[in-house]
Amino acid sequence: MSEPSTLFEKIWQRHVVRPETDETPAVLYVDLQLLHEVTSPQAFSELERRGLALRRPDRHLATIDHSTPTTPADKHGEYDWTTAQARIQVETLYENCEKHGIELHGWDSPNRGIVHVMGPEMGATQPGMTIVCGDSHTATHGAFGALAFGIGTTEVGHVLASQCLLQSKPKTLGIRVEGDLEPGVTPKDVILHIIGRIGVGGGTGSVIEYFGSTFRAMDMAGRMTVCNMSIECGARAGLIAPDETTFSYLQDRPKAPSGANWDAAVADWRTLKTDPGAEFDRLVEIDAAGIEPSVTWGIHPGMVMGVGGSVPDGEPDALGYMQLQAGSPLAGESVDVVFIGSCTNSRLSDLRAAAAVFRGRQVADGTRALVVPGSGLTKRQAEAEGLDEIFRAAGAEWREPGCSMCLGMNGDIAQPGELVVSTSNRNFKGRQGPGVRTVLASPLTAAASAVTGRVTDPRELPEVTP
Amino acid sequence: MSRALIESRTFNLPVKNIDTDQIIPAHFLTMTGREGLDRACFFAWRFNEDGSDKADNPLRNHDRARQQVLVTGENFGCGSSREHAPWALLDYGFRAVISSRFADIFRGNALKNGLLPITVDEAVANWLLDNPDTVVAIDIENRSLKVRGYGRFDFPMDPFSAYCLVRGIDPLDFILQGADDIRRYEESHGK
Repeated sequence: MSEPSTLFEKIWQRHVVRPETDETPAVLYVDLQLLHEVTSPQAFSELERRGLALRRPDRHLATIDHSTPTTPADKHGEYDWTTAQARIQVETLYENCEKHGIELHGWDSPNRGIVHVMGPEMGATQPGMTIVCGDSHTATHGAFGALAFGIGTTEVGHVLASQCLLQSKPKTLGIRVEGDLEPGVTPKDVILHIIGRIGVGGGTGSVIEYFGSTFRAMDMAGRMTVCNMSIECGARAGLIAPDETTFSYLQDRPKAPSGANWDAAVADWRTLKTDPGAEFDRLVEIDAAGIEPSVTWGIHPGMVMGVGGSVPDGEPDALGYMQLQAGSPLAGESVDVVFIGSCTNSRLSDLRAAAAVFRGRQVADGTRALVVPGSGLTKRQAEAEGLDEIFRAAGAEWREPGCSMCLGMNGDIAQPGELVVSTSNRNFKGRQGPGVRTVLASPLTAAASAVTGRVTDPRELPEVTP
Repeated sequence: MSRALIESRTFNLPVKNIDTDQIIPAHFLTMTGREGLDRACFFAWRFNEDGSDKADNPLRNHDRARQQVLVTGENFGCGSSREHAPWALLDYGFRAVISSRFADIFRGNALKNGLLPITVDEAVANWLLDNPDTVVAIDIENRSLKVRGYGRFDFPMDPFSAYCLVRGIDPLDFILQGADDIRRYEESHGK
């Protein structure tokens, strides 16, 4: 009988083309590379400069999401590009995909969306796969029990040419959370709490496996929210073992296996879990009952507190930038903009949570709220349920899919000094516009803050939580 | 001078957790080439919105010709995977960065572009942060950092990256030398 092994170990072993030696890293096979317009053009140029062919176009899937406007095209079909260069970048991806035979979901595709929303929705993300993308939030796909990580543009080129990556084997970090979440506490609060606990460098060099009853109880969107932010504690990837929730999400998706292949795939996927007795290099255990609705108060995602708490002392630079006083509450701070979207929190269940708050309420005077669905599919599903009407009636903007204000590349930014309560993943200085102050939060907390115009604990609004 | 041997003075940015949005803000990422990122490097630290120089720019006294080694606080390069970060640092004029910890993706991206990420113990990093404009010599082949007036230290670097840097070997060539292995893997695993 073989040694008990972790989920990570099992996926790794399945993809070793050449094992690691003392002198050289492992050559690891990549099942799927996702592409978007920002981190791919130089990789395609390098491929051409070297006269190399794209080895496996069928193992690539592309979308446009980062540089794209989130306002609809005008009556002439023209988009409101932030710069001519943004348009050129998108056109360059069109040309590269056309030339190399890559499936691209561009403007005319009903599936187009944020790369980490679209891939799972199409069923392209499957348990046991290795998935890469030139984007640090690729760990999102780990929610399906896939080993998924962000890479740089040079490595994007390696995968284009060889379908392989050089990788040294990471360490494993087990994060176990047990128990039910309190009302008003969401998967976003869980991952913010975890990052606050282990720190922004706490996962460096490691692949995280999240396990325990709290994650088992989450739907796939919640698991994606958790895995998405693994990079914010420095981890290379985050994983959750697949189960019935995973299988029922994937069944009948366009790129998922079908018929007899489906049954065989599920039988295989059931083996993808950490064996009893297998050990992680490090284990962190957390009680779900101690997790509150969480927000960031500072300038990186490890500066986390419960929304009802007081801002801690000891980081003068962060406090200065955020214009906050140590010892003061963050709740009650005036909010200029609320952003609900990004690869962290733009899926249907996130939009439903936000709509539950907006229903019958109004965005506060002096506050602007932007709701940006993660994909075309999510947008249509939300509209079929009438969520768009709830957002519009509340005075929020309902936009076209894209990364939008998470990183502001497409021109969706706030003004210097403004405070943004954002469901995205990074509160770095200037990330959402020069001088903009970002508070990361769940969709519930963000929506509650929109209707009060102040940073607000969603549990304080009647009828928001059951 | 060989890429494997750098002798230069240090320049300090004593800040922890410098993320890649600080190294190069996202609005510079719409480019489709990789040249000309000198001005983009630490843009929001150096320039006002209107493009004028910032009075409190922490790099204002940096001597680019003489200080090609950046010393920073821990967890340098966290955040986004943008390879534009090492491209910008190189275009600006840095050839190596010394820190007590680097974010994984940044370190990999830097190595692939010949920007040397040198990890040192906290004590060494702190000494350097206390002693700006120190002469250092970085020897990749022997993975050794010499700090004038303080000592000589080994630094970790995976042997393959060091080999590629010293010999000028391209990692993609190494992967493609194993094309038969890749084909066999695809056949035997039904890929």
